[in-house]
Amino acid sequence: MTVPLLYALAGTVLCGIGLLGLLWLSHLLRKLLAFNILGSGVFLVLVGLPQHQGGPDPVPQALVLTGIVVAIAATALAVVLIRRYYHLSGMTSLEDEPPARKGGRQ
Amino acid sequence: MTLYLMAGLLFTPLAWAVLTLLVGFTRGRLITWAGILVQVLVSLTLWLAVSRDGGFYYGLGGWDAPLGIELRVDGLAVTFVLLTAVVASACAIHAGVYIDPDKPWHRYFWPLFWFLWSGLNAVWLGGDLFNLYVGLELISLAAVGLVALGGSVAALRASIRYLLAALLGSLAYLLGVALMYGQFGTLSIAGVVFWLDQHPVPAGSGLALALMIAGLALKTALFPLHRWLPPAHGIARSPVSALLSALVIKASFYIAARLWLELGEPLGSLAAAQLVGLMGSAAVVWGSWLACRQPELKQVVAYSSVAQIGYLFLLFPLTYSVSESVALQARQGMTLQVISHALAKAAMFLAAGNLILSTGSSRVNALTGVSRFLPFSLFSFGLAGVSLMGLPPSGGFAAKWLLLQASLGSAQWWWVLVLLAGGLLSAVYVFRIYRASFLDGPETDQFYHPPRSLELVPMVLALMALGLGLVADPVLSVMALPLEDGSR
Repeated sequence: MTVPLLYALAGTVLCGIGLLGLLWLSHLLRKLLAFNILGSGVFLVLVGLPQHQGGPDPVPQALVLTGIVVAIAATALAVVLIRRYYHLSGMTSLEDEPPARKGGRQ
Repeated sequence: MTLYLMAGLLFTPLAWAVLTLLVGFTRGRLITWAGILVQVLVSLTLWLAVSRDGGFYYGLGGWDAPLGIELRVDGLAVTFVLLTAVVASACAIHAGVYIDPDKPWHRYFWPLFWFLWSGLNAVWLGGDLFNLYVGLELISLAAVGLVALGGSVAALRASIRYLLAALLGSLAYLLGVALMYGQFGTLSIAGVVFWLDQHPVPAGSGLALALMIAGLALKTALFPLHRWLPPAHGIARSPVSALLSALVIKASFYIAARLWLELGEPLGSLAAAQLVGLMGSAAVVWGSWLACRQPELKQVVAYSSVAQIGYLFLLFPLTYSVSESVALQARQGMTLQVISHALAKAAMFLAAGNLILSTGSSRVNALTGVSRFLPFSLFSFGLAGVSLMGLPPSGGFAAKWLLLQASLGSAQWWWVLVLLAGGLLSAVYVFRIYRASFLDGPETDQFYHPPRSLELVPMVLALMALGLGLVADPVLSVMALPLEDGSR
């Protein structure tokens, strides 16, 4: 097993952990952290996998930089929304319906 | 000439997003009108240019791939660019009157609107997988912000749910991109196709395509991944719902369709194609059924979107290992369905917004007596419904007719049943709204009458959806224009 392949496999494992967290955890901040782990896993696969043609490949490195910017923007938006949601409703998860709203969600 | 057009198309939305960020809602509206004028003119000129001279590749800023961003300007892309210009301008004009300028957070509507538009243009024209990802994320983040503009707890819930679903979908797509780059060493779709022409198909490379399409299906809200859509589209302000249902979900579908049409034949399988078609059919039936049962007007329209998305995914089985003419019919049906659904659903959401404004309640039952005093808004709603049901001469009819022919031509008769059932069920939910509005209500007119401009916008969109069936041929001929340099 080569080192780059090891990176890619580690990335896959991280993706799995992130996916499980995103689906199982109910606390919104934990969900967001799980999303970030999932994102890191994807980036690791993206830089790790294409290296096996002899030497590192510069293109994925540039892509991952852009990807990190996008992930940070998404995280920032999510944090703002979660904070506002917490201030208004006092809840940290989406599971229990607020009493004011009935119907709509089937 | 093309240089200016492309610069105008991509640069103005970003510039206008920044400009409108600096001012309040009312001034932002004035600035937006100027921007809309530019965008509509540029889109129309580009469409005319492509329909005259054919499509081309365009390296942004003179940089070619792989370093630069290469845009693929073909007939289908410019058709969708023009569609975006039409629908987005209509929604912006409606929003300018509809949205209350006094709430301080509403000033962010215009910047988000422009970011959304720039993301949409980037997706229609994007030629490589990674820039499509960036465009998708731009769209998702702007759309989530627009949903959150509602400001209430329910709106925030819906937007967080939407954000989580959209992010998961994007990451699944990006993982697919990573695998594809690792396998083929290129990011351009054309490059992957070229590679596959030269080499035998490596084992397991269908996984990348499956991941990408699964992520995009989640973002398009294909059944059974549709749960995030009705709350988000139902709770958002009506012009926002119109934008989301008409354009945003089409962007992720467009990428999935492009991937399937170019890579489905070598990388896909018959089982996968039939599975996607089955999920689409389930969406048609289940979405329409739930639309019939919703107590709130905008939820009816939102579930109808879930159903109409289902028709789009019939493209997958109808283009896999079938004859050339059947695949062409399926592609044309899909394009017409995208266009007619965009126009009709935008009209329907805007009309629903007007009705909610008039009755002061979002419930279907509150429509009692509306037909007597507010026939105009109701009429736009009904015209849009005609296109969704697929009655002639609407665009929806032409689309479903083509899909029907493609199903029969490829001997996949089971999709015909889905098309028929979907048409009947959509008639049920549209007539349900009508039934509620024709019930005898109070003798006097207690309804708020929205300004004429609010009523006119959905009417124009609904008439366009209705008339699309009559001009389907010229639209389809532009859409089919090939690229000058197809080998790259």
